[in-house]
Amino acid sequence: MTKHQSSRQNNLHIPEPKFRPGQTNDFAHLKIPNVDEAPKPAIDCNPHNIRDLAYGLIRVLDDEGQAGGAWNINITPDILRQGLKDMLLTRLFDDRMQLLHRTGKISFYMKCTGEEAISVAHSLALKNSDMVFPSYRNQGILISRGYPLLDMMCQCLSNSRDNCKGRQLPIMYSWKAGNFFTISGNLATQFSQAVGWAMAEARKGGNRVCTTFVGDGSTAEIDFHSALTFAATFNPPVILNIVNNQWAISSNQVVAGGERTTFAARGIGVGLPSLRVDGNDFLAVYAASKWAADRARAGYGATLIEHFTYRVAPHSTSDDPSAYRPADEDKNWPLGDPLERLKTHLINIDEWSEAQHEQLAEQYTAEIKAEYKQAESYGTLTSGARPDVSSMFEDIFEEITPNRIRQRQELGL
Amino acid sequence: MAQMNMLQAILSAQKCMLERDDNVMIFGQDVGYFGGVFRATEGLQAEFGAQRVFDTPISENGIIATAIGMSINGMRPVAEIQFSDYIYPAFDQIASEASRIRYRSGGEYSTNITIRTPCGGGIRGGQTHSQSPEGIFTHISGIKVVMPSNPYDAKGLLISSIESNDPVLFFEPKRLYNGPFYGDPNAPSIGWDTHEKGEVPEGHYSIPLAEAEITRTGEELTIITYGTMVHVVETAVKQTGVDAEIIDLRCLSPIDYDTIINSVNKTGRCLVAHEATKVGGFGAEILSIIQENCFWKLRAPIERVTGWDIPYPHAFEWEYFPVPKRVGKAITRIMEA
Ligand SMILES: Cc1ncc(C[n+]2csc(CCOP(=O)(O)OP(=O)(O)O)c2C)c(N)n1
Ligand SMILES: [Mg+2]
Repeated sequence: MTKHQSSRQNNLHIPEPKFRPGQTNDFAHLKIPNVDEAPKPAIDCNPHNIRDLAYGLIRVLDDEGQAGGAWNINITPDILRQGLKDMLLTRLFDDRMQLLHRTGKISFYMKCTGEEAISVAHSLALKNSDMVFPSYRNQGILISRGYPLLDMMCQCLSNSRDNCKGRQLPIMYSWKAGNFFTISGNLATQFSQAVGWAMAEARKGGNRVCTTFVGDGSTAEIDFHSALTFAATFNPPVILNIVNNQWAISSNQVVAGGERTTFAARGIGVGLPSLRVDGNDFLAVYAASKWAADRARAGYGATLIEHFTYRVAPHSTSDDPSAYRPADEDKNWPLGDPLERLKTHLINIDEWSEAQHEQLAEQYTAEIKAEYKQAESYGTLTSGARPDVSSMFEDIFEEITPNRIRQRQELGL
Repeated sequence: MAQMNMLQAILSAQKCMLERDDNVMIFGQDVGYFGGVFRATEGLQAEFGAQRVFDTPISENGIIATAIGMSINGMRPVAEIQFSDYIYPAFDQIASEASRIRYRSGGEYSTNITIRTPCGGGIRGGQTHSQSPEGIFTHISGIKVVMPSNPYDAKGLLISSIESNDPVLFFEPKRLYNGPFYGDPNAPSIGWDTHEKGEVPEGHYSIPLAEAEITRTGEELTIITYGTMVHVVETAVKQTGVDAEIIDLRCLSPIDYDTIINSVNKTGRCLVAHEATKVGGFGAEILSIIQENCFWKLRAPIERVTGWDIPYPHAFEWEYFPVPKRVGKAITRIMEA
């Protein structure tokens, strides 16, 4: 939409992504900085002096898969390999579950393809005792923290072994033992709750950190803004992560105000240290997350991180992106594929090989298959064992109330 | 006349109003280029331009607040909330603002906004894509609450809602978008071409708000319902063979007192059915209206068939949903009372 099409003096500005189906997006308009451009401040820095980091892009891996720049913190090969493994498992798991949806075994699914580095690197940079208030695209954290695939599958199948008792849509996991909060279908609500969790941690004098995630589109919700204001006011040990994957269902990030400034810059207005990171660069996400966690643990408070990435997958199994974005957009994404980039780096430093990679992929594929076989023995949404039907009247309150007991009887249970 | 499903009828109403009134603007999450996640605004942006039909940021609060502001400056906004389960961030703007602007300004200011939002279950949407929150809004003085049960009514009522100078919350039972639903999830889906209300005029027409429709006349029992349950109730009536009068409220606030009272005074028996939960649900209001106006004509206790007092559980959708069997049991209890 150009401003001068109509005879009106003052047209309403309607943001539009630059490219639509049938066009080619070469992302030439994106400026990708080199790895040596972003300085790494001390954790006790004055947030006002690091504002540039909210507009640049923290990168460690260059296009050849070499690590460099100030944010290269020499992560051990063991951690890098662990990251690669978790990312691979996450991707293969997603592919398998998507397939299950096609065969009608589960009602719904959401993949995180292309975004695996964010959850996995962040998870590895934090401690498993740190608290997570997740969005629905953080399955990489569950996998990295060792939540059994069987549990994930049973939740997706709403079967007799589903810890959410068949109440939630697939992927709306909850894992208390893993310090992973129950996922909400209502966007952004977790963001300000996480700040509250961290406020309590500060009050208790504890040293656990809280981390939370929200999408680019969801930054428009009121809870995002409450989170920033409370985080700036009380400065508790929280990491506020924005996953900018360019899309919110069919709405490009320009519809969330992305034309004007970066999402990381949202933090500058309230005075929070705010980082913008190449979300497809495992080493960069790890370093930025570690920096934020170190700050929080040392008592310096909250940090905002924008992870700059691309949603390769459809929004969900209910979505067909070919209706609103160029078909090859993901292939042209200039920050590449996070798995490939980390793999190349590990091969470059002689810590991994194509053969090992192939073998691991085969092993994981077999494991997922075996786990699924077991999961199905506990039933699926449409066949076999289900959670106990009468349990649907429970957990409204701590104690069941008389009207619900009556309703349960009315149902013949 | 044309064959339309409910989505096409809703699309047609919006198109009709965009053509007739340049002040009509349509917006919400994914409604512009994409045409809405249910395709209820498909093609409108291409035809009427992005100045009038566009995507908004994902902020329900922002959508309704700006709709109100636009209306104060002469526009006639039609805002979509993607699922009624996601309307709550906008609650303050609806309950404290849209509903009271006329009152608190002594009639100086008023807002004409229409809020369209899909509601109801039956699509395996789990607890955040299945809710029926109409009762939360009927409790508010100052916002009209509408819920059609078929394509013909959907178009006529949506046009009235948009034309209304009062704020209207227009609930769309999403299970009915593609065809009537008679309560058996295992039956093959059928389209609106099988139903007389799938015949919809292509041009402008309107159905007054606050006029219920008697979809079946009968002498023995009055069943008051709306939305998806209109069709489910029809099945139960067939199965029990009772001579029931079925009232489709269509508009819950304001409500058509006369149709309800006349019918119950005639039959002396009454059943209320809705998909929403029971405690404090809209059915309780209908029961009160009946007891206040028809008490001496009643021959049996009034009953309610509703969703259970729990969130909509994903795996137990059909144990939660008030299926024909449950409606039938209540009918039998009333008839045997
Ligand atoms: C309060 C609320 N409004 C709307 C929705 C519907 N919805 C689900 S996901 C989504 C898009 C979110 O996009 P983004 O925040 O960018 O996250 P992404 O899916 O890209 O990870 C929308 C609009 C919702 N779930 N909750
Ligand atoms: Mg997004």
